[in-house]
Amino acid sequence: MSAAAVEFADAGVRLRDRWVWRHVDLEVDEGAFVAILGPNGAGKTTLVKAALGLADLAEGSVTVFGRRVRRGNDAIGYLPQRRNFDSDLRIRGFDLVRLGLDGARWGFPLPFADRLSGGTKTARVEEVIRLVGAEAYAERSIGELSGGEQQRLLIAQALVSGARMLLLDEPLESLDLNNQQAISGLIQRICQERKVTVLLVAHDVNPILPYLDRVVYVAQGQVVSGEPADVIKTETLTRLYGAPVEVLRTSDGRLVVVGQHEPVSYHGHET
Amino acid sequence: MPSWDLLADLQLLLEFHFMQNALIVGTLVAVLAGAIGYFVVLRGQSFATHMLSQVGFPGAAAGVLVHTSPAVGLIVFCVAGALGIGWSGRSVGAGRRSEAAAVGSILAFSIALGLLFVRLYAGSAQGIYGFLFGTVLGITDQDVWLTTATTVAGLAVIAVIGRPLLFASVDPDAAEARGVHVRAISILFLILIALSVAELVQVIGTLLIFALLVTPAAAAQRLTSRPGLGLALTIGLSLLVMWGGLAIAYFSLYPVGFFVTSLAFATYLGIRIVKAAA
Repeated sequence: MSAAAVEFADAGVRLRDRWVWRHVDLEVDEGAFVAILGPNGAGKTTLVKAALGLADLAEGSVTVFGRRVRRGNDAIGYLPQRRNFDSDLRIRGFDLVRLGLDGARWGFPLPFADRLSGGTKTARVEEVIRLVGAEAYAERSIGELSGGEQQRLLIAQALVSGARMLLLDEPLESLDLNNQQAISGLIQRICQERKVTVLLVAHDVNPILPYLDRVVYVAQGQVVSGEPADVIKTETLTRLYGAPVEVLRTSDGRLVVVGQHEPVSYHGHET
Repeated sequence: MPSWDLLADLQLLLEFHFMQNALIVGTLVAVLAGAIGYFVVLRGQSFATHMLSQVGFPGAAAGVLVHTSPAVGLIVFCVAGALGIGWSGRSVGAGRRSEAAAVGSILAFSIALGLLFVRLYAGSAQGIYGFLFGTVLGITDQDVWLTTATTVAGLAVIAVIGRPLLFASVDPDAAEARGVHVRAISILFLILIALSVAELVQVIGTLLIFALLVTPAAAAQRLTSRPGLGLALTIGLSLLVMWGGLAIAYFSLYPVGFFVTSLAFATYLGIRIVKAAA
């Protein structure tokens, strides 16, 4: 039995006067590729933030690699939900990745310090940039790059300090279909080659469905987890929502979820 | 009169004590303003910086009005201004609208306050002129020590917070997740600007401070997106325009501030034109 990368034990988080979710028991194995799904506002991001030590737990506990969560854990690479970088932002992609290595440490990066000490940091940054396939544009200013290119560099930034777990909050959201598939494939490759645990919050499960080991579904203050086929099912989701929800499979194998409260659809992307 | 013999010109330049002081202080200010200015432009906080370089004015006037030193009033108002901006949130980049609105409001009010205080004091316009444009060619030895201390302290702070400040400036969400206290660093940086400006404005005036804080950094960031190189280039350009401005002003009738600022602007313009043509 492989060790748990993340464990939620009867965890609960409050926001103002209501529970975001409560009595959450969840175990994610090391090296697993897990999707976190659910409607808007359900608390998917809160789940991710709990694993990062950025959410105040009102109840229960969350542990990562066997230890209590804390901020600034180098074992976790985090890609927050974001829009694109400001096009005026003048910083090189390479340097943005480099910040993932030592950006949080006090001090000042002297120009030739790394070269004098053997260039190990530069080598690590270059290696992870190669891993994500961003060599061609890592020297350019981040603001000039396209969404997909920026995303690759951000994944590199999340990995560069030797992360054993990647938390990605809607990484595919603002990408076109081609890029969604390319980035999904990249994440899968990293998961398998580097034995990195992946927790990925998604709106649309379809680009990553072929790679998933487990699905975590967040809705109505509750969390259900299991195999994709078990969770994304009419019966399961109806029970979770407490209202009629139907899961349909299209002719090309994609999943569509249709419900009464909110026409949550898992196909393509909204413009 | 200047000749084409550069060595002789240099000797002329360094002959008088006031000019030596001006060059020393000018060098120190250029280095500190360049170092801070790089981050100011990177963070898109030029407007906030402008405000901080102006808000000392009512502070100085208030200091005179209540019979304490104008320098103390200046520092108090600058730091209060920094805290006022920092309190309004930590948005970075294009989302700085709320910050800009707060800054504009405080700035307008502070200038109005200054006007009131000066009226109440029935003081001369000379003080205001000095505040705005400094007395670069009348720098005392005490000013030199003050500037040295400020520069060393300011550079020391940057040496300590440089990395997390850079991280928080370009990627606050990721920085926060890695343990950087983005809000605290932002406020600390604003206070650094405020204190540096408060000290330096007494020597070289608001115009020069603001010009040196923004223009060389803006020019340098057009040339490179590498942080280390950008910072070095900013300080380099800052020094060049400062020395150039001082040298030209020495041999002419017109104010130092005009030449330094014009050189800085010309450099910025030149770089933009060259980049646009490329």
